[in-house]
Amino acid sequence: MTGLRQTNEEARRIRAIFEAQGAQVVETDILQPADTLLDLYGEDIRARAYVTDDSLRGELMLRPDFTVPVVQWHMETNAEPARYTYSGKVFRMQEDDPSRPNEYVQVGYEVFDGQAPIHADAEVFALIARALDGLNLRAATGDYGILTAAVQGLNTTDVRKSALMRHIWRPRRFRSLLDRFGGRTPVPAARAALLATAEPLSGVTVLGLRSEAEVAARIDTLRHDAAQPPIASEQIALLEEILALRETCPNVLGHLRDIAVDMPAISAAVTRFARRLEALSAAGIDVDSLEFEGNFGRTSLEYYDGFVFGFYADARPDLPAVATGGRYDALTRVLGRGRSVPAVGAVIRPELVVALRGQV
Amino acid sequence: MTIKLGVPSKGRLMEKTFEWFADRGLTLVKTGSEREYSGEVQGIAGVELVLLSAGEIPRELSAGRIHLGVTGSDLVREKIPNWNSRVHELALMGFGGADLIIAVPNGWVDVDTLDDLDAAAAQFRRTHGFRLRIATKYHRLVRDFLRDHGVADYQLVDSQGATEGTVRNETAEAIADITSTGETLRANGLKILSDSLVHSSQATLFKSRTAEWLQDDRATLNRLESLLRV
Repeated sequence: MTGLRQTNEEARRIRAIFEAQGAQVVETDILQPADTLLDLYGEDIRARAYVTDDSLRGELMLRPDFTVPVVQWHMETNAEPARYTYSGKVFRMQEDDPSRPNEYVQVGYEVFDGQAPIHADAEVFALIARALDGLNLRAATGDYGILTAAVQGLNTTDVRKSALMRHIWRPRRFRSLLDRFGGRTPVPAARAALLATAEPLSGVTVLGLRSEAEVAARIDTLRHDAAQPPIASEQIALLEEILALRETCPNVLGHLRDIAVDMPAISAAVTRFARRLEALSAAGIDVDSLEFEGNFGRTSLEYYDGFVFGFYADARPDLPAVATGGRYDALTRVLGRGRSVPAVGAVIRPELVVALRGQV
Repeated sequence: MTIKLGVPSKGRLMEKTFEWFADRGLTLVKTGSEREYSGEVQGIAGVELVLLSAGEIPRELSAGRIHLGVTGSDLVREKIPNWNSRVHELALMGFGGADLIIAVPNGWVDVDTLDDLDAAAAQFRRTHGFRLRIATKYHRLVRDFLRDHGVADYQLVDSQGATEGTVRNETAEAIADITSTGETLRANGLKILSDSLVHSSQATLFKSRTAEWLQDDRATLNRLESLLRV
């Protein structure tokens, strides 16, 4: 590949910026155990990652990203605060668009710091902005913390809240759950018939590993849920308002403060958002023109759960994001088996930087 | 030059394919002994018959090694990424019909829709510590279908045969498989989810977009298309 030398030079330049910030260089294996990644991402990762296997180690994946091995590495050493940088190739199968590369270089920067998470958010964003300076990119941001606070603040059962939280990444399923919990879609006929039956399990044999007790438990859950009032339409409207936000950050802040009057549950998340804007501003970012989207990044296969952002070349809509990043505390909780470390990070694709610089 | 027509080499699918062409005035004949996989097309010049396993026909079409091929529409969608950029459907042949569906145990009286399957998968994963297993050989079709419908917390386990038995053997909790009458599903204590039609398959005559089509070949194709009325 002709541009690889330039890409590697660019990767070294970016990594030097990250190292100057105090990041320690980490290396990870290219072959990663598949079970960890499959358990985290589900079947979708099979459509995206190259899977191979050997008779001793079982299924392995060519690393589809660095985040998981870097988190695992950090969980073993566990020094905090810690800053890491890495650069190397990741591998992504392209089933639909053969013109997109299936291996490309990522340079990353990850911060594990539970003491000052808001400043860590701002530090990572500002550092990426600095590394990409001069490329005339548009940055977009979002905040899952606000969305999850709004779901948690709904006046409804924990069962419904956790169903919504579980599908926060899947807009279509989230939408249909919201419609059902809000009483906007009718109960399916089979569900109604089941609920009308006094002893639906009498005379039934349940085959397989999912036991009769599990079926009975779910029927109880359904009966309990059917007895609950629908989520108030005013609350759903507020949630939809948050998802539809698409303005500059200061305008969004004003808007969110208005919403918080009717939905006090988001107040703490809105305060964090305001403090993050201050921290970004102090780090030299022009927040007055910074875009915010309530729906940012919801369809990508990722694991972020707080501040999220991306940098885009509007002049080249054919190119993917030049850089993406965000906070992923929940991922560290899953990988740490209960132990969690607040973490935020981002990656830059140097070959896109080279491509764009060639046009400037 | 000749164009190559790939058809299934054995069984009912081969017989029905031969009949379909015969109804349109073209005789496909196996040459040599019964066990030899070579043949010819009578009734048109310039078409060569290639007998192949139905499962290999998608690959041969996609690679452009045969110009035309008869196989199930399910196999083409499963085996060829971006299938409609590599092959083109010339004719739905009206036989070999079967539906790719998702089925669960009859005893799951709480599960009738994909929505229920998703909720049961979440509960299963919480209870058992691993994702609910769906046995199938149609990985691509089923994965795309479940992603489109927002079903989470499942995993696909490969099953190349006797898939209906995997639930009883506790190697899977649900299955995704081809069925025409539903008889085997019922015999194994399984029921079809009401909104789980992944793909309705039938034998289809495909044209390869990647094969080399010389001018003579195109003329042959035109004559063939008018004979077949497609």
